[in-house]
Amino acid sequence: MLIGVPTETFAGEKRVAMTPETATHIQKMGHTLCVQAGAGRASNIADDLYRDAGVEVLDTAVAVYQKADIILKVRAPDPSSSVGDEVAMLKAGTILISFIWPAQNEDLMKALSGQKVTAMAMDSVPRISRAQKLDALSSMANIGGYRAVVEAANQFGRFFTGQITAAGKVPPAKVLVIGAGVAGLAAIGAARGMGAMVRAFDTRPEAAEQVESMGADFLMLDFKEDEDGAGEGGYAKVMSKEFIDAEMALFREQAKEVDIIITTALIPGRDAPELITTDMVESMKPGSVIVDLAAERGGNCKLTVPNEVTKHGEVTLIGYTDLPSRMAAQSSQLYGTNLRHLLADLTPEKDGKVNVNMDDEVIRGATVVNAGEITWPPPAPKLSAAPKAAPKPVAAAPVEPVKTGGLGGTAIAAIVGVVAILAVGSVAPADFMSHFTVFVLACFVGYQVVWSVTPALHTPLMSVTNAISGIIVVGALLQVSSGSGLVVFLAAFATLIASINIAGGFLVTQRMLKMFRK
Amino acid sequence: MNEGMITSAYIIAAILFILSLSGLSKQETAGRGNQFGIAGMAIAVLATIMNSDVNAYGVLLVTIGVGGGIGAYLARRVEMTQMPELVAILHSFVGLAAVLVGFATYLDPESNYVGTERTIHDVEIYLGVLIGALTFTGSVIAFGKLSGKVTSKALILPGRHMLNIGIGVACAILLVLFLGTAPEGAAAADASIGKGAGTFILILMTLLAFAFGVHMVMAIGGADMPVVISMLNSYSGWAAAATGFMLSNDLLIIVGALVGSSGAILSYIMCRAMNRKFFSVIMGGWGDAPKGPAVEGEEEQGEAVAINADEVAQLCKDAESVVIVPGYGMAVAHAQHPVSELTQKLKAAGINVRFAIHPVAGRMPGHMNVLLAEANVPYDLVLEMDEINEDLSSTDVVIVIGANDIVNPAALENPNSPIAGMPVLEVWNAKQVIVSKRSMATGYAGVENPLFFRENTRMLFGDAKESVNGILANL
Repeated sequence: MLIGVPTETFAGEKRVAMTPETATHIQKMGHTLCVQAGAGRASNIADDLYRDAGVEVLDTAVAVYQKADIILKVRAPDPSSSVGDEVAMLKAGTILISFIWPAQNEDLMKALSGQKVTAMAMDSVPRISRAQKLDALSSMANIGGYRAVVEAANQFGRFFTGQITAAGKVPPAKVLVIGAGVAGLAAIGAARGMGAMVRAFDTRPEAAEQVESMGADFLMLDFKEDEDGAGEGGYAKVMSKEFIDAEMALFREQAKEVDIIITTALIPGRDAPELITTDMVESMKPGSVIVDLAAERGGNCKLTVPNEVTKHGEVTLIGYTDLPSRMAAQSSQLYGTNLRHLLADLTPEKDGKVNVNMDDEVIRGATVVNAGEITWPPPAPKLSAAPKAAPKPVAAAPVEPVKTGGLGGTAIAAIVGVVAILAVGSVAPADFMSHFTVFVLACFVGYQVVWSVTPALHTPLMSVTNAISGIIVVGALLQVSSGSGLVVFLAAFATLIASINIAGGFLVTQRMLKMFRK
Repeated sequence: MNEGMITSAYIIAAILFILSLSGLSKQETAGRGNQFGIAGMAIAVLATIMNSDVNAYGVLLVTIGVGGGIGAYLARRVEMTQMPELVAILHSFVGLAAVLVGFATYLDPESNYVGTERTIHDVEIYLGVLIGALTFTGSVIAFGKLSGKVTSKALILPGRHMLNIGIGVACAILLVLFLGTAPEGAAAADASIGKGAGTFILILMTLLAFAFGVHMVMAIGGADMPVVISMLNSYSGWAAAATGFMLSNDLLIIVGALVGSSGAILSYIMCRAMNRKFFSVIMGGWGDAPKGPAVEGEEEQGEAVAINADEVAQLCKDAESVVIVPGYGMAVAHAQHPVSELTQKLKAAGINVRFAIHPVAGRMPGHMNVLLAEANVPYDLVLEMDEINEDLSSTDVVIVIGANDIVNPAALENPNSPIAGMPVLEVWNAKQVIVSKRSMATGYAGVENPLFFRENTRMLFGDAKESVNGILANL
């Protein structure tokens, strides 16, 4: 089928839905491609690069919409764009793939339905393991988190990394990341990479491990009840009031200490929760920076202004909502790859024929309008991307190792041992007891000596003990001169095999030990 | 040489044996430890031969010469991968020698114990022969299993516990009858009375003990071999100690006790490494069937993703740290030399390469260490499970070569798994895990290994040696 990519019309949007690299892959699925002239310019992709990749370059948006059977876009089509009504330009039967946000854009959904198109929303791809490769929200969040740190560094008047220079000592910057989703983890990674001390908070306990794996400290909440903030699909849910109070106290304390706060807290389908209050902002050190990744949805800090950098006292607040677009080349590449994977799912035969298979959980979830019929919201996905809490307690409570009896057992064993020794002593003659003394002491010596043997030498230990247990030859030697022929024969044979043991054991040990080298 | 000097020689020999074992605590002193052992043995044997009672020098010269020659030949010829077999067969010799010495002592016409002394002496003989006999056949079967001559699967006879108890009771009854053959009253002065019946009972008991040894080891599966070998090691020590008692020889007692406690500690260490009770290992098989199905509550099995050697080579080149986990499969494929070469190449490329050894990897304690040492892998690269487990999460690539149960996450995560609670190498925490294996077959425990289906696991199918050579060719 013919796939078209128009230039993005949203003000400041620099991304493009296809790169020459993804174009090559899409063509291998049997599709042909066209792109509007200048579509990749803001992402540093010249039209010639598309041409080299075998993509037809058309002059106007209208031409692309007219020609293509499938439209790939970043932003949802805009009825009042600079090139006219993008929705109206869609032919009936076209498949549109872009971000759509059906929950927030009811009018758009109706308009798309009226155009009799099929719309697939990249923001509605279900969060299951299989769909990770086309999870555009994650790839954009990843870029957003990274860029948030870059923007913060730009506004922050000091180094991130601590240094001791001839001109004096520089303390490292302290960064607090709130919300350890994809964006939060990316921010932790970027801030750590620049040398800052990073700490992070999340309401979902399973995030602690991820935070620590990125090299940041996970802030523990001093909260008695076990409350798990994990909701559907790996997102957070709304917490109880007590929890929020404890959380706010933690942030209040942290605000005085840290230099940079990056907030990424979002709960699906709701306004962003307010986490950084005005008094916290005012308690921060002069020159501190707050980056609010939730600015578009009201902000985790009410003082941030969407799309702007503002100052409240001496604290800089960054409210950019277009962080991925600020790294257009990177974003376009990742988003284009996500689209390519979706197209691969849509064309399973690689024959250029698209099959919108509504039985496929991923395609079903992404399809919000199917041939004019609104199919959003989809039935709930069966599996969650993040492992549910269920397996956790198992891992957290390691299986008790087998114990060979506690203190009580030891005491009983000791008593039994003492009684047994006394019992033996009461009947046995003195001669036997003297041998018995030697025996018991030798057992203890052996016990002490052998415990200190390094495990690497357990095989040589066995062959040496094997060789020295050939000492039984002494018994045979004493009998070999007996008067009885049978005894002599038995003893001689015992001497023979014990000698094999002695020679074999010692020599093989010698051979093994020679091999151990540093 | 008089009695006092012989005893002095024995004391020196005993001290040398103790020094020998303590020398083995570190690689640096281990070689000297072995030499102490040789010196101790030489002194003990020479002192005994110097004893005025010993005069059959011709016989001794021939038997010691021939025996020593065979031993030296075996020691030189054996391959390091066959060490467990060699150790097993040597154990059987000690057991057999104990049986022979026991019989010889009983039949010795010069022995003249009476009364309580006679009873104690008879009990000593009886126990010495019993332990020696079951060590003998047990070791022979262990040898057969390790060398593949006997199936390494656990042989579970119906009512096997009853059978064991029956043999035990029969041995106890025979002991009473055996003691009853000793003459009483006036006849007690003549110690030779009743020896015929006694010998018969002794032979009967020996046959029972032979059967017991066979049955005991037959019932134990291949994966439990490290425990069996250490246990037989321990038994051979106790057999020597019992012989020492019957001959009133302190040197034998001391050495037997040293060896016995050494083997017992090794058995204990091996059991702990598998989180199993010693008793349940000896009872054989993998215990009773797990209570619930092993897969219950397990994450979806998913698909194992295969990888080829040049991709593994690429992963290794890009890694900063690599940990290699060898298992019995490496020994079977004789892959230790290519593995060593791989180590040297990676180290030359500035990659931090280390080995992680699980205590029960292989078929006897320390088996993997010996193989790696044979292949010239420096021993300071070879780490124990406890030393390296924490580092695995910061490791880029883990290569598992021919190991299965010792890297099974089900041991920690699935309480229904038959191997639940067994300490394992937590390789799945590494960024990437490569598993070199012949097929998807389960390990000795017969448990599915969820590791193979993890997202960060790749399967490198094929013979371990060829696989490692393939990686080498692409480095």
